[in-house]
Amino acid sequence: MDKKNVRKQIRAPRGQTRRTIVQVAIAGGLAGLGLAGTAPFGRARAAADAANWPKDAFAQKTEADAIKALCGGKTPEASDKVNLDAPEIAENGAVVPISVSTTLPDVTSIAILVSENPFPLAANYPIPPGTLPMVANRLKMAKTSKVLALVASGDKVFSASKEVKVTVGGCGG
Amino acid sequence: MASTIRIRAVASGDTTEVQALVQHPMDSGFVKDAQGNLIPPHYIEVVEFEHAGKPVFTAYWGPAVSKDPYIKFSFKGAQKGDDLTISWVDNKGATDSLVGKIQ
Repeated sequence: MDKKNVRKQIRAPRGQTRRTIVQVAIAGGLAGLGLAGTAPFGRARAAADAANWPKDAFAQKTEADAIKALCGGKTPEASDKVNLDAPEIAENGAVVPISVSTTLPDVTSIAILVSENPFPLAANYPIPPGTLPMVANRLKMAKTSKVLALVASGDKVFSASKEVKVTVGGCGG
Repeated sequence: MASTIRIRAVASGDTTEVQALVQHPMDSGFVKDAQGNLIPPHYIEVVEFEHAGKPVFTAYWGPAVSKDPYIKFSFKGAQKGDDLTISWVDNKGATDSLVGKIQ
């Protein structure tokens, strides 16, 4: 009986300390999050840039309209200086590795379009000076389609395209 | 809390190669769940990489970017040990950021 009581007494404070430790840890974690949220860049920066997200171009449902919205009336010229690296056959349309690089000078942006997707424009990368005109990413493809890379260089737009066969589409269904 | 962002930036000479992975569902809005209901679109719209207070790379993404997106690019002018800040914001306004070291 006495022993039991002693044990209880020992246990209770131990339990409490553990709880306090957990509480402190949680509070610390939240404080950390709060700090991250108020950091000068990071959140503020990305949020500011969300306004620049090219909503129009991403909303277009055909390749031609997306190009129009993106290039502002310029017609892309096919160029062998734009290097589009994509697989011949993609077994899984949900994850198709695609990379674009170019040897053209003064590149200001790179865009990747998948013609047969519900929204053809997949990604658009503005390239600031000092950043190499090369990007690699992974895209979803609904079905076998032409993949088009657009590179804005100087005041012209150049393109390269490749047909990628998709065995299993990346749009569920 | 673990960050949603994983980054690897390696400087060799003048050029820094950056590879980043973000954990995000990137729902396109065309996929149905087990009950046959459409899963609403939920995807990252903007990812921004900053070095020394200056944006070095920006990605504008649509719903066609794969789940848990991967990105690779290179830029010039950074040194080993410099900080690289990455932040993203999605179409629901959620956001995350991380400061990584260039190796």
